[in-house]
Parts: sequence; C-alpha cells; structure tokens
Amino acid sequence: MSLLEISNLSLSIHGTQILHDVSLRLDPGEVVAVTGESGSGKSMTALAIMQLLPDGSEAQGTVILDGQDVTQLSEAQMCDLRGNHLGMVFQEPMTALNPVQTIGAQIGESVRLHRSDLDPAARTEEVLARVGLAGMSPRRYPHELSGGQRQRVVIAIAIACGPKLLIADEPTTALDVTTQAQILDLLVELAHEDGMGLLMITHDLAVVAQMAQRITVMQNGAVVEAGDTPVLLSAPQHPYTKALFAASAHQAKLPEPVENAPLLQVRSVVRDYALPRTGLFSDPGTFRAVDLVSFDIPRGGRVGLVGESGCGKSTLTRAILGLEPVQSGSILLDGMPVYSDGHPNLDVRRKMQVVFQDPYGSFNPRHRVSRLITEPFHLLPSPPKDRDARIAEALRAVGLSPDDAEKYPHQFSGGQRQRLAIARALIIRPELIVFDEAVSALDVSVRAQILDLIAKLCGEYNLTYLFISHDLSVVRSITDHVLVMQNGKIVEKGATEDVFSAPKHPYTQTLIEAAPVLPITDTA
Amino acid sequence: MSRTLILGGVLSALMVLAALVSFVWTPFEHTAMDIPAKLQTPNATHWFGTDHFGRDMFSMIMVGARTSIAVAFVAVGIGIGLGVPLGLWAAARQGGWVDEIIMRGNDLIFAFPSLVIAILITAIFGAGAINAIIAIGIFNIPVFARVTRGGALPLWAREFIMAARVAGKGPARISVEHILPNIANLLIVQATIQFSLGILAEAALSYVGLGAQPPTPSWGRMLADAQTLVSIAPHMALVPGFAIIITVLGLNLLGDGLRDALDPRLRVARV
Amino acid sequence: MLRYTFKRLLSLLISLAIASLVIFMVIEVAPGDPASFMLGINAQEDTLAALRAELGLDQSKLQRYLGWVGGMVQGDFGTSYQYRTPVSQMIADRLWVSLPLALYALALSTLIAFPAGIYAASRRGKAGDIGVMGATQIGVAIPNFWFAMMLVLIFAINLRWFSAGGFAGWDKGAFAALKSLTLPAIALALPQAAILARVMRSALLDVLGEDFMRTARAKGLTKGQALRRHGLRNAMIPVLTILGLQFSFLLAGGIIIEQVFYLPGLGRLIFQSISARDLIVVESVTMLLVFAVIVVNFAVDLAYAAVDPRLRART
Repeated sequence: MSLLEISNLSLSIHGTQILHDVSLRLDPGEVVAVTGESGSGKSMTALAIMQLLPDGSEAQGTVILDGQDVTQLSEAQMCDLRGNHLGMVFQEPMTALNPVQTIGAQIGESVRLHRSDLDPAARTEEVLARVGLAGMSPRRYPHELSGGQRQRVVIAIAIACGPKLLIADEPTTALDVTTQAQILDLLVELAHEDGMGLLMITHDLAVVAQMAQRITVMQNGAVVEAGDTPVLLSAPQHPYTKALFAASAHQAKLPEPVENAPLLQVRSVVRDYALPRTGLFSDPGTFRAVDLVSFDIPRGGRVGLVGESGCGKSTLTRAILGLEPVQSGSILLDGMPVYSDGHPNLDVRRKMQVVFQDPYGSFNPRHRVSRLITEPFHLLPSPPKDRDARIAEALRAVGLSPDDAEKYPHQFSGGQRQRLAIARALIIRPELIVFDEAVSALDVSVRAQILDLIAKLCGEYNLTYLFISHDLSVVRSITDHVLVMQNGKIVEKGATEDVFSAPKHPYTQTLIEAAPVLPITDTA
Repeated sequence: MSRTLILGGVLSALMVLAALVSFVWTPFEHTAMDIPAKLQTPNATHWFGTDHFGRDMFSMIMVGARTSIAVAFVAVGIGIGLGVPLGLWAAARQGGWVDEIIMRGNDLIFAFPSLVIAILITAIFGAGAINAIIAIGIFNIPVFARVTRGGALPLWAREFIMAARVAGKGPARISVEHILPNIANLLIVQATIQFSLGILAEAALSYVGLGAQPPTPSWGRMLADAQTLVSIAPHMALVPGFAIIITVLGLNLLGDGLRDALDPRLRVARV
Repeated sequence: MLRYTFKRLLSLLISLAIASLVIFMVIEVAPGDPASFMLGINAQEDTLAALRAELGLDQSKLQRYLGWVGGMVQGDFGTSYQYRTPVSQMIADRLWVSLPLALYALALSTLIAFPAGIYAASRRGKAGDIGVMGATQIGVAIPNFWFAMMLVLIFAINLRWFSAGGFAGWDKGAFAALKSLTLPAIALALPQAAILARVMRSALLDVLGEDFMRTARAKGLTKGQALRRHGLRNAMIPVLTILGLQFSFLLAGGIIIEQVFYLPGLGRLIFQSISARDLIVVESVTMLLVFAVIVVNFAVDLAYAAVDPRLRART
C-alpha cells in the first residue's frame, strides 16, 4: 500500500482556483519530486498534505496518508500527526528557526510533544548526530550557525520523532552549491536508511534528476506529466515538460570571441572592512573581503565570475562600479581609474553600466519606464537631443515595444523587467556592462530567453561584460572566460570550456562536482 | 475606500469645517457673557449649553477648534520640516558619524517628555500658544526623523538606488528623487497620528495653564474651567471632552485608513 | 553580556551629562533675577548682593554648573529660593506620591493591555478582535485628565466610593494611601493600556507571519501553543520599546493628573515653583524626570538583551 495517495485534489483560496485535480502517489522509502515554475501550485500541494493551508482555503479530493484521509481529520488529530508521522523542511533556513530559543529546545520540543517514551535530551543529541552535526552543543542559538547548519537543524526537528513522510519544500534553494549537495545527500540517505518517504518540492530539475525515483511536473495548479525519472527525462511527452527541459539545458549561442587590448584592468585590488570593536579601546580589526585580485577583460570579452556567497564577489563588483574606494591596487577602465581623489570618476563611469538580480527591486516603482531607463543620461554632460529615439531604440533592442515607455514597472513581468534593466544599461552605449546575478531570480524558461537576448546583443553591440553568478551552468553558457573566486581571492581563471572540462584548483573541482547537472537529452 | 477611512475623514473634516466656519459665523459671539443665562444645559438657543459666565459653548467649541488645529498643524510642520531632512541625511550616511549624532540627538529629545519641555519653556518665557507649539513641535522632530530614517534605510539597500548611484547621482539628489516619494505614505500616516497627539497635548497644556492664554479660547482651558463645576454642570466638561475625543478618534481612524489604502504591499497583493 | 551592559551604561552617562547641560543652559537663559524676585522691588542693593552670594549666583556659569551637578551626584540638590529648605528634601517628600502613582499606573496598564492584546491577536478578524480594537481606538483618543474628571464625577461625587482628591499619606497605612491613588492611576493607565494593547496585538500578528511559526505548526503545536511558546517572546521586543516610552509618558502625565486630584506630587511642586520663579526647584525636578526616563531606557536596553540572544552576542 502506498504511504501517500493524493487523489483529485482541488483547492481554491478566497475563490481563486489554485489546484486542479492533482493526483500523486508515494511509497515508503521512495523519493518523489514535484517540480514546476513559480505559481505552479507545488508548494500549496505540500501545505495541503500538512493541512496548513492559508485562511480562506477550500479543498476537495482526498489526501490519504498511511490509510487515513487527512482532509477529514480534526485539527487536534492533525496536531498529533504533524511533527510525529509527518515532518516538513522549509526553504529559508535563516528564518525557519525561532531566533530566541536554543536549537536543543526547538528539537526537543517535538520529542516532548509526541514521544513520551523518549528522553528529549538524549534524542536531541541523537538526531543532531543523524543530520551530521555530531558534537554540536544543543545550547547554541540559530544565529550562531551557518545557513547549511541551520538547515540541518530544521531537518533534525522534522525527523526527531521518526516520521513516515518527510516533505521538503525547496530545501536547498537558499543555499550555496556545495552546501546544497551535502543537504541533498543527507535527505536521500535519511529516506533510504530510515525507510521514510521523501517528497521533494523544487523548481530545479537538475536537483531532482539525480535523486528522485519519480517526478511529477506541475503547471498552473495541475499535473501535466508524471512518471519514473529515467523515462520522463529521456522522453518527456507534454509540451510544457519539453520546454522546461529545453530551457534547463539551454545553451546561448555567443558570437566567436575576439582577442583585443584590455578594456578593464584590475590590479592587486584589496578591500578591507572594519569589524565591530571587540573592546572599547581595542583595535577594531579588519575583514579582508577582496584579497589581491588581478584580472583583465579585453574589449569584446565575455568574462564570468563565479563563487559562493561571502566570497567577495559583491564587494569586488561595487569596487569596479566605483561605488566604493579600495584600500590598495588599481581598477582602470580604458586606462583611467574608476575612483580617484576620493570621488568616483564620472568620465569613466559613463562607460560602465550594471544589471542587477532582483527584477522587482531594481526600479523605482513610482517612475515611468521612459524616466527609469534614461537615468544614466545623468552621466552625460548634457542630455541627448534624440532622447525619444534613444528610448525607442533601447526598448526595441531588448525585445520590448517603444509604446512601453509610458508604462510603470509593475505593469511588466519579471522577465520583462529584466529586459528593461538591460535597456537602461544599453541606453548610453557603455563599453562595459556588469551583470550582477542578472538571471538568478528568473524561472528557467524566462532565464533562457534573457540569456538568448544577451547573446544576441553581443553580436549587435559588440558588448564587453562581466557576468557574476553563483550558477555554474549559466556562466558556462554565456561567457568565454571565467574567474573562480574563494575567500576574496581568484583561485582559478581561464577559458570557460577549459576550466569547466578540466578544473585545476581543488575548489573549482568541488564546485563543479557539487553542481547538479541535468542529463543531456536530445529533445531540444 | 474602507469604512475606517470614510468615517475618519468625515469626523476630521467636521472639525476643520467648524474651525473654518468660525471665522465668518458663530451662533453667538464666543466671548459674549450673559450672566443670567449661565450654566444652561444644551437647549434650542444654546445647542451645547452655556458656561459659568453664560457664554455659548457651541461658539466656544467652534473657535477652540481653530486653536487646537493651528497648534497641532504648526507643530507637525516643525516636526516634518526639521525631522524629515535629518532622517534623510542620517539614512544617506548610515553608520557614519552624522547618523550617529542625529540618532543620539533624537534619543536625547525623547528623554524630555513634551510636557517637561513645555514646562521648561514656560518657566523661561511664560505661557502661551506659541510656546505650546514649540514644545509639541520639538517632540515631533525625532519622531519624524526616526520614521524617515527607518523607511529610508531599506530603500538604500534596494537595487534601484544602486542603479541611481551607478548613474552618478549623489546622496542628496537620490534622497529627494527616489527616497522621499517612496516614503511619502509613511510620512502622511505618521503626520495624521502626530496631528492627533498634538491635539491631545495642546489640550493638556492649556488645561494646566501652559497653553493658549485668555481670551483665546481652547478646549483644554474650557475643561479647566469646568473642573470645579463638574458636579453641578457636567455638560461643561462633557462637551469639550467629546470635541477632543471625536477629533482625535477621527484623525486616528483617518491615519489607519490611509495606511491600509496607501500600503504598497497590500496594493501588490490585490493586483 | 557584560560588554553590552558596559556600553549601554556609558551611553547612559553621556546622555545624562548632555541633558543636565541642556537644562542648566535653558534655565540660565530665563529672564529675571531670583534674588530680586525673592526680596521684592524695593530691596536694597547690598542685601541683594548678599542674597546672591548666599545662593551662589555671583559665581561664574561653569562653577555654578559644576557645583549643581556635583551636588546632585552627592544627593544635594541645592536650596529652594522660595522656602529656603533643601530641594532634595522637598523632592523626596513628593516622590513618595509621584513614583508609586506611575508604577501603579504602569502595573494596571500592563495587566489590562497584555491579555487584551493577546486575546485580540488570537481572534484576529473575529468579533472579539473587532471589539477590543474598537475599545482601544476610543481609549487612545481620550485625554487622561478629562477621563480623570469623569472618574471623579462618577466614583467620588455620585457613588462616593473614593474621595474626590487629596492624598491620604503613607502614615495612614498602605491601603488608604493606595486607595487615594487608585482613581488617578486608572485615569493615567487606561489610555496607555489602549496603546499598549494595540502594539501587543500588531507585534504578535507580525510574528505570526514569520517562517519559524510555520515550523512550530509543522512540529504539531496547535495555534495557541505556537503563539505562547514561540510568538510571545519574539513579540516582546517592540512591546518593551513602547513600555519604556510609556513610563516617561506616565511620569509626565502624572504631573497633570496630580492637578486634577490635588495630589502633593512632583507635578504640584513644579507648578508652584514656576509661579514663584523658584528656578532651582524647576531645574532639579526636570533633571530628575529626565534622569528617570534615561534610566528606564537603559533598563529596557538590558531587557532587550535578556529577550534576544542575538543582541547579547553582538557588541
């Protein structure tokens, strides 16, 4: 008998239909993945199993867990089930733990709640060891742990009572790639060794391709395809699944690279931050965010910068953009320093533009597009006479219409806003564009379109850019040179294909090893 | 539009209207004494009754609204005029010494309750409406500085501000062009709250004799007059009390309603 | 934790130093010479000079400031111009009325507001919540001194349960003393309780939206258990801030409420001193009020650290 059997589950919240006839099955010890883009209803499906739906929800259909239909259970019966036979792991480990309680108290609480036969303290130590935190003091507070450690604590809470089913909702999305690999290994190991069913909710197909026995693909609240992983991967049937696979394995087609004189020269750059004082009169001490970094970007070069959070890539970006001074070393664009005499150099800055990650945060919500994308004109000595023509050209170049100039940013989708951000960067025809995690917040299909757009613009505008990302597959598809950064240092640099196919530095090897890869299919 | 917003708007508008109409018309001259007609309870001639000098309380309430609104309005103006630029400046220099000095200065003013400031000022210059305005206004400065800084700080971390910096714009220009329009909601809501607190504070100061002086009528002083007579003429205390409560209630409801109507998060949720 | 306390203590001392300087300078600007005010218009020049010397008014400003602050540190607040008695004694007598009043009101306000706020938050959007919120909306709008007059009208004049004003004195026993402070404390507390209940409710509702509350529910806690075990302590941080601010409102509000009930507290003292131009008393009482507010803020900072381990770790 199956552990979990969802049949024809439909859900509406305040009258809006969220799920249509979702059906899903999971056996003990099995790993099943539910995947889809944002808004596909995958997280709501998970919350429906937990019966933790938002107020105003109405559900039809059955969710049978271990022979019981949870939709028919009372709230008190559900409370007995949750945390006991049913564990859940959430996306955001930074906020999923109560900041004012020790981790021991939070793990022990579910033991005390459901398992009077166990000693909470002993069981806490046991599960901490089980999630790879052996020896970690249960008296520590969440803020003292790293993101990966916190996610392990969240998992420890979920498995403390030995549940039959563990639901993991995007458990690794907020984590770095090496940490992600460790957490995924842990989850699979728990499922196999403890005979627990694992339901993985994720937007990242590559993640589940390696671990799930079966995959269910959702779109707009309905299941569009489900099947055994190897079958589904080799021969997807539904057009949506095919498109999703194509987009995940997408390779943008860059024009051939050219060898040119350097445009950006970064020489032995050091950036220190003062740490908070430890004592009133003691020296505050410093943290070296960027440590003797040197590299060149030739004119027409497409260079990638990869590294995990905290490696110093954001600091380096701000220094290159001339937003912050550096302690030593020099950053020259076209032979001139970006920051001199304590001020950013406007003549240099006008040759440089940036595209940020967050398509929702990068525009002032109160301004129209025409005003937003012309903001860089502020860098010119006088506003250009052909302003309207330039706006129209920039919008057309990124695949939008000149009529969009009078709209507000909230009238655009995430992908369109990222096009606007590129239009803003292009409008003063800069020599260098910095893409700072520019596609990281986008769904795979939209991401593929934006990468294609960048590749197309490369040909039309002979772009030079620095592409900063934590996502190795993206960097691989859009750059011809790559820099790998760790702890403030560039540990490896070279032609993208060379670095990816034969990494030399151990850290690069770990990174590439850890990155989930989708098995190449010929459906594209 | 929510019911809260409409009710709050109507009550607030009523008081403003009473104050404005009082310039051209009141049922009686508000200073006209009529000893034979003293201490009348509300009736057809004197809608809100008369006080111990036989003055018409309806007229006094109308003219008193003028004082309350003027004092609270100017005090809010002082708070916005000084507090908002300080808050913007502090946010633009987050963590720097300017920020530190402005925020410590704020804490210091918070340590002086506005009544204590009023007492100090009165001790030096004597009582009067102007001193009440200054005392209430000084206390409004740190309130607006904090709200402004608190609203501006998360904006400074947003990418559109980074984009403006990459476009070469300086902190002052960014503050005016990008920060201020995005915290206008917050400031409007805070202004209605401070306005209602200003009305309450003005009433309290006039009640203890530190606010507007005779013959300027004020609700607080009407209450002070009523105190010894409350057992024989309760309406003398009830009428100005209700005037204060209705005004403050109206402004608070207006503030709540505006907050819900202007909150961009809620608007996004509705789209 | 020690370092945090030390840092807070240092900032407390700096605040006190600046506050005392501000008060001293403000009083210095005040027009009029206390000596001539005390002796009247017809005073002889040499008697005036003698009195000035006696009051220390002939010294330089710096000397007088240092003398004032130095004296206060040792508990010597100077001598009243009006009564020629030590100010410290006058303050101490009045403090026995004002401080119990403020604490009584604070206790009442907390006892009313916490349950009301928690109740409203747990019944969000239901009739109970709407009822509590409507009541607090009116409570916030009521001027406390007007409310005090209404309490006198109902409970003292009509029902005769309490006396209309005056203070029984602690020598008549704690019960009699507290009874005479009860109406003033209620008048002070209710409007503050309304504010505090609203803050409590909104802080709890904010916490309810946090991810860790979902973790708590996924653990098998009921809504009420999750609220009590994980919500309350996290919601305390904004509530503590307001509680600290309220103490200063209660002290200042007390000044006015004392007028309504004819209580011999600091408020009466300060108004009498203003009309008698007894500036040394005004100066010292103001400093004392500011001192109390700053010390309470210091206590609130320490309470933050007790509630939130992240603060203990930082600094």
